[in-house]
Amino acid sequence: MKIRSSHFLETGSRTIVPTLLVVSVFLLVVGHNAPGGGFVGGLLAGSGLLVVFLTGGGRAVEDLLPVRPATLIGSGIALAMTTALGGLAFGGSLLSSGKLDIDLGWVGKLEVGSALIFDSGVYLVVTGLVATVLLRLGDTEGARR
Amino acid sequence: MTTVVSLLVVVPLAAVALTLLWRRLWVRRLISLLSSATSFVIALIVLFTVDAGGSVTVAVGGWEAPLGITLVADRFSALMLSVSAAALFGVLAFAVGQRDTDEGFPAFHAVYQALAAGVALAFLTGDLFTLFVAFEIMLTASYVLITHRAGAEQVRATMTYVVVGLVASGLFLLGIGFVYAATGTVNLAELSARMGDIDPAVRTALGWLFFMVFGIKAAIFPLFFWLPDSYPTAVTPVTAIFAGLLTKVGVYAIVRTQTLLFPLEAPSTPILLIAGLTMVVGVLGAISQGDIKRILSFHIVSQIGYMIMGLGFFTVAGIAAAIVFIVHQVIVKTVMFLVGGLVESASGTGRLKEVTGVLHRFPVIALLFLPAALSLAGLPPFSGFVGKLALIQAGFDAGRWMVVGVSLLASLLTLFSMTKIWSAAFWGAPTPNLRRRPSSVMVAATAGLVGLSLLIGLAGQPLIEIATRAASDLLSDSATASGGSA
Repeated sequence: MKIRSSHFLETGSRTIVPTLLVVSVFLLVVGHNAPGGGFVGGLLAGSGLLVVFLTGGGRAVEDLLPVRPATLIGSGIALAMTTALGGLAFGGSLLSSGKLDIDLGWVGKLEVGSALIFDSGVYLVVTGLVATVLLRLGDTEGARR
Repeated sequence: MTTVVSLLVVVPLAAVALTLLWRRLWVRRLISLLSSATSFVIALIVLFTVDAGGSVTVAVGGWEAPLGITLVADRFSALMLSVSAAALFGVLAFAVGQRDTDEGFPAFHAVYQALAAGVALAFLTGDLFTLFVAFEIMLTASYVLITHRAGAEQVRATMTYVVVGLVASGLFLLGIGFVYAATGTVNLAELSARMGDIDPAVRTALGWLFFMVFGIKAAIFPLFFWLPDSYPTAVTPVTAIFAGLLTKVGVYAIVRTQTLLFPLEAPSTPILLIAGLTMVVGVLGAISQGDIKRILSFHIVSQIGYMIMGLGFFTVAGIAAAIVFIVHQVIVKTVMFLVGGLVESASGTGRLKEVTGVLHRFPVIALLFLPAALSLAGLPPFSGFVGKLALIQAGFDAGRWMVVGVSLLASLLTLFSMTKIWSAAFWGAPTPNLRRRPSSVMVAATAGLVGLSLLIGLAGQPLIEIATRAASDLLSDSATASGGSA
């Protein structure tokens, strides 16, 4: 049984999903000094996946993701752990951070810290986790398959 | 050394990542086993370093104590880390040998290593909030492990486990909020200095709140009801590691917070009363059961009482004895459940009525059961004897005859309960359902832990010495805590 979704939702999702994904990355990047961060960004990306799920079911979510959700979670933790160990490698303590200021002209200044890499890991973990929940618990088609 | 200490948390977390990224089962097994073996070696290094040179503090991220997260490895936590790493490795080897645990459950190794990371963090953390986070990592992993491949009946039983766990976590968070409101910090070292300044009534209330929160996790009387229903439903390796470790992390947290933050007016009658009731009710529950894993689950509760008793004396000898007893229990309890699992995997059942004659069919299982069972009952020269003797001596020194008598009675009943398993399942003519020979890896993993338990029994003296040093550290910290109160 295929889920019948409304035309409004399907049309709307074409705008909503990319917007959510872009804003989620924005939140991830500004998260160092402003409200946002990997966790919130990941949740927002996850809600983008939720919209995809509502319109196209579990298969659409699988098609959208380049890799398995488990790989997302795994690489996210690996990224965060690498940052944590980076602190040790550069003579600091576990999770010590460094940063780099990049001048982007009229766009503004961007502070890229190692915390951003850590947060990207968190972003991946949260997104992967939401995807896992959608595919495992939400996919009634998958359960019947 | 700070690097080495932080690796205790990093290694299992890295293993979580790698086991998720690699899809081949043997690679996952290899990564997982390597991670646990490495953790064990690191924990031993930390133990010897800390015992020789005093505790090591790591300021995570270079942020110092009031702002940042601190990891503190002292003698108590290093001992717990070593023994828990040994149990984690042994059970993992058993699970790999048993095969069907991880073959049907792709994420098993990732979740198991997450549990290991949570346990390590719980032992190392230097502030209350990180302790909460560590408990959550550990419990969330345990929720996944306990419900995996469960039928409707098991899910019903484990729902209790999950709900009770969540309620306890909620109370824990509330307690941290209260502590922060009263003192303005959640760092344990700072707290111990400030606790003396707050109203004694508030302090007592907070003390009992935390005792209750960790008491739920540790399954003390009357908060143990969730345990015997939920633990036996999981697969053997999962039950074994839960039995060996999770409740003991609760006891660790009780000992840590009660000595550091809420020092008792030594010895504490209410705590000794709870300890006595935990022992007796647990062991009576065990005697009335007819299934190996359920019997053992009630013994978990009963044995927790001994640890709480050691704390209740609130002397160096008492707490040292409690530490020795925890170390002994982590291994022995794990072994008992692994042996129960061996019987189950050989016969397909753990019901005492349905299996007899294991001794004749598979003598090696009986050989592994016997030292563990005698150790659980506290007979010399096994590790349980060392722990119980130390506890009883501490009890005599503190002049608490009643609870010592109760503990001896509980020991006798434990012995009775062990002979019940022995005579029912091991003696007699072998039943035809004893068909499947347990794999040699499973037997070897169990035997390794039995060997470790024997070693603890034989090396009792050095262990008691380390534990005594650990206990006097704990009590001298608590002396500084109460110093401000007068």
